[in-house]
Amino acid sequence: MTRAAVRYGVTALVLVAFTTAVLLLAGAPPWDAYRSLAVGAFGSWGRLARVLTVWVPLTLCACGLLYTFRIGLWNIGVEGQVVMGAIGATWALRHPAPSAPVAVAGALAAGVVLGAAWAYAAGLLKTRGGVNEIFAGLGLNFVAQGFVLWLIFGPWKRPGVASMSGTAPFPPELWLPTASWGRVAPVAVALAVVAVAATAALLARTRVGLHLSAVGRNPRAAALFGLSPARNMLLAMALGGGLAGLAGALQVAGVYHRLIPAISSGYGYLGLLVAMLAGYRLAPVPVIALFFAALNVGSIQLPLVLEVDSSLSGVIQGAVVLAVLVVHGWSARRAPEGTP
Amino acid sequence: MNGMELTTLLAAVVAGAAPVIFAAVGETVTERAGLINLSLDGSILLGAMAGFAAALYTGSVAAGFAAAAAVGAVVAAVVAVTGVYLGQSQVAVGFVLTLTCRDLAYFLGNPLSRVPGPQVSPLPVPGLADLPGVGEVLFRHNLVVYASIALVPVAWLLLYRTRWGLAVRAVGEHPAAAYARGVDPRRVQLACAVVGGLLVGLAGAAFSLAVKPGWGRPQGAEGMGWIALALVIFGGWHPAKVAVGAYLFSLLQVVGIPLQALLPSVPTQVFQVAPFPLMIFTLWLIHLTRSEAVERWAGDRAWAWRLVHALRASAPRALGKPLSRE
Repeated sequence: MTRAAVRYGVTALVLVAFTTAVLLLAGAPPWDAYRSLAVGAFGSWGRLARVLTVWVPLTLCACGLLYTFRIGLWNIGVEGQVVMGAIGATWALRHPAPSAPVAVAGALAAGVVLGAAWAYAAGLLKTRGGVNEIFAGLGLNFVAQGFVLWLIFGPWKRPGVASMSGTAPFPPELWLPTASWGRVAPVAVALAVVAVAATAALLARTRVGLHLSAVGRNPRAAALFGLSPARNMLLAMALGGGLAGLAGALQVAGVYHRLIPAISSGYGYLGLLVAMLAGYRLAPVPVIALFFAALNVGSIQLPLVLEVDSSLSGVIQGAVVLAVLVVHGWSARRAPEGTP
Repeated sequence: MNGMELTTLLAAVVAGAAPVIFAAVGETVTERAGLINLSLDGSILLGAMAGFAAALYTGSVAAGFAAAAAVGAVVAAVVAVTGVYLGQSQVAVGFVLTLTCRDLAYFLGNPLSRVPGPQVSPLPVPGLADLPGVGEVLFRHNLVVYASIALVPVAWLLLYRTRWGLAVRAVGEHPAAAYARGVDPRRVQLACAVVGGLLVGLAGAAFSLAVKPGWGRPQGAEGMGWIALALVIFGGWHPAKVAVGAYLFSLLQVVGIPLQALLPSVPTQVFQVAPFPLMIFTLWLIHLTRSEAVERWAGDRAWAWRLVHALRASAPRALGKPLSRE
């Protein structure tokens, strides 16, 4: 057996042991819980449609994060960029448009622009203001969340009474059309697939990807070759923020059809876990995003079936990433120099 | 506002700041050794849940605090071991633990939701509690609040007046130099992570057993870990300034409600998110004070010179960086 196979085996074992221990601690029968997760995610066409609906923002966010990780930036502000994308889309949809498709396209574009702008702001704070991107991004996340609440309870409040249920829903002609077999918008899935393909092409086959890697690996050497680290960082942030903004805009136009306080559902943060688990490479991203989406959707019915909290999905997702980091680090430490 | 109200308000500020002080001072100790424990927001919640559960089942509030401290220490130890000994990114591990601990707390704590449980009982200091003004503000609280006040000078003494503190600061600034002087940077970082984690865990129990008693989803301590991380920066990695930041934050929370009534045009959300733009602004100011242009400008002006130097808190130089293996 190869070293890598042993590593994956150990990781899986650690993960299952940990999750089972947590389930036993909570007094839930582990086998029933695993079965319930699987059935909850793939038990019917409707469920599968919901999994795909969650897959879209996770994939978009993780793709966007590859640009920033490539250049060595920790874009923790991705969560706020999703939120700003949703705000942009809502703002655009509140304005009259010549036709419904134009309105929706405009909403998605507005989401991309606002998400990119929010990321650009964090990038400027980093390159011009010397503010670490983690804290800049984190701060901007909370500002964006406060902004959403203010909009929902202030200028965009539902006629009559403002509430946590969000703004008034848009008329159905402004909703992204859903598939005949389940509540998933094919346009959203197609956009996520396009984003994966475009990211693959951009990172592997264009000068942009090359420059991002060069600056990420050695900013000083890159600068000697005439590459501006600051400009490339801002580009990476804007690209990542744009995809996160698109994810947020799709949550408004294709899922909730209005702005709600929890519009991002934590998908930005979860996208960070997806990118980390993928080893900051693109190829595994779609599969891992599908796995994470299945866990999220599969856990929704847990409170009803087993009377346990739905946060089990988050426990498993975090435990996978942690197990990979620990086993990977442990194995790298034991490996003699030079072996992968 | 008359005298009566002012003392009540200040007493509320002192009490409300207690858990934040535990967490922020704990993180200060960890970061001074060059290690960043980003898991605070999750480990506070897990500590809050574990503390409440232990206190509920044993009937002892002290057992609750012990359990919470243990949980905080274990989480911090995971960050330190994977970050320092296994060479993984501290930020990555800390971030994953933030999310995982939060969800673990919600999952395991589910049966405890809205269950009435024990809480810390008030313990006025005999004699001092009856002092006019000061008595109400400082001496009519519980042990948790007194401990939070005492923690600040203790942390300062430890960091600035002991050999151990000197070693900690040396490791945070220049691990290689500390190593050359016979200090093992890894052990110091692990120790500081565990000490900081203990305090972060205590912060959790301070929420679930004193400031926001009980457990639920949400518990009410959500976001406090990020606030504590922001306060460490705001306070320039100095325990006393960090504590000042914690009191200002608590003041913002306490006056937020009455102030809202006075200024109806300012949305509530402004008060809730205010600490975060302030954190960004502080980081930007720290950066500015180090620029040459500012130096030249302040050189001719005595007051500006003093101001720049007061602000020029810098992060421990090795903060978040992996130790090189030699």
